[in-house]
Amino acid sequence: MKDVRDALIVARNTEGGLVHRPLSPHLQVYRWQISMVLSIMHRFSGIALSVGALVLVWWLVAAATSPDAFGQVQWFLGSIIGYIVLIGWTIALFYHLFNGIRHLVWDAGYGFEKPTFHTTGWVVVVATFAFTLLVWIVGLAVK
Amino acid sequence: MSETAKRSASRGVHVTVMRSQLGRVRGLGSAKSGVAHWWAERVTSVALVPLTLWFVAAAVQLVGASHEDVLNWVASPVTIVLLICLLLATFYHMKLGLQVVVEDYVHVDSVRFALLLLIKAVCFLAALAGIISVLKMGL
Repeated sequence: MKDVRDALIVARNTEGGLVHRPLSPHLQVYRWQISMVLSIMHRFSGIALSVGALVLVWWLVAAATSPDAFGQVQWFLGSIIGYIVLIGWTIALFYHLFNGIRHLVWDAGYGFEKPTFHTTGWVVVVATFAFTLLVWIVGLAVK
Repeated sequence: MSETAKRSASRGVHVTVMRSQLGRVRGLGSAKSGVAHWWAERVTSVALVPLTLWFVAAAVQLVGASHEDVLNWVASPVTIVLLICLLLATFYHMKLGLQVVVEDYVHVDSVRFALLLLIKAVCFLAALAGIISVLKMGL
C-alpha cells in the first residue's frame, strides 16, 4: 500500500494475496459508440489545439522579430510536416468549435434525448470535415 | 439545533442538515471554489466562437502571405483588437481546460502541482508574447 486511499479498495483473494477491488466499470467493458468517441475526441482535440495556439504565438513573435525569423516559420509551415500540422490543426479546431457549441447547448438544458444526442454528434463530425475541406480548397485557391 | 429544525421537529418532521450554518452562508459547496472555473470556461468558449471564425477567415486570406502582407494586416486597429481578444480568450480557455486534464489523470500530488504551475506559466507567457508581438507590429 502506497496511498491511504488503498485501505478502502484493497482486499485479499482466496489465496490470501492483496488485490485491488474494481472501483467502477472501466472503458474496456463498454461497446464503443459515437457518444463516447466524440467525448474523448473533444478532450484530445483541446490538447492538440493547445499545441496549435503555441504555433500561432511562434508565428506572431517571428513576424514581430524580423523577416528572416518570419521566413523560417513560413518555411516550416510550408514543409510536409507543416502541412500535416496545419491540416490536423484545422480538423481539431472545427471539431472543438462545433462540439463546443453542442456542449453549450447541453449547458442550456437542451439536446439530451438519445436520438437528438446521436444526430447532433454526427452533424458535428460531418460539419468538421466539410468545413476543413472548404477552408483548404479556398486557402489553396487563394495561394 | 436551528430554529427551522426545532419547528419541524415539533411538527413531527425530522430534518437533518449536515452542513454547518457558516458553510450554508458561504454557499461554496464541498469543493470550496464555487462555479468560477466552470463559468469562466463557458464565457471564454462563447467569446471564442466568433473570434475563431474571424481568425480562420483571416488565416485563409493570409495563405502564402509575405512578411509585408502580414505587417499590413496587423496595422489595422480592428485586427489588433480582435487578435488580442483571441489570444486572451484562447490562453485563458486553454489554461482552464488543461488544468482539468491534469487534475483528472495525474494523481501524484507533487507532479500534479508542478504540472499545474507549468500550465499557468506557459499560458501566461505565450499570451503575453503574442500580445506584445501584435502591439509591436501594429502600433
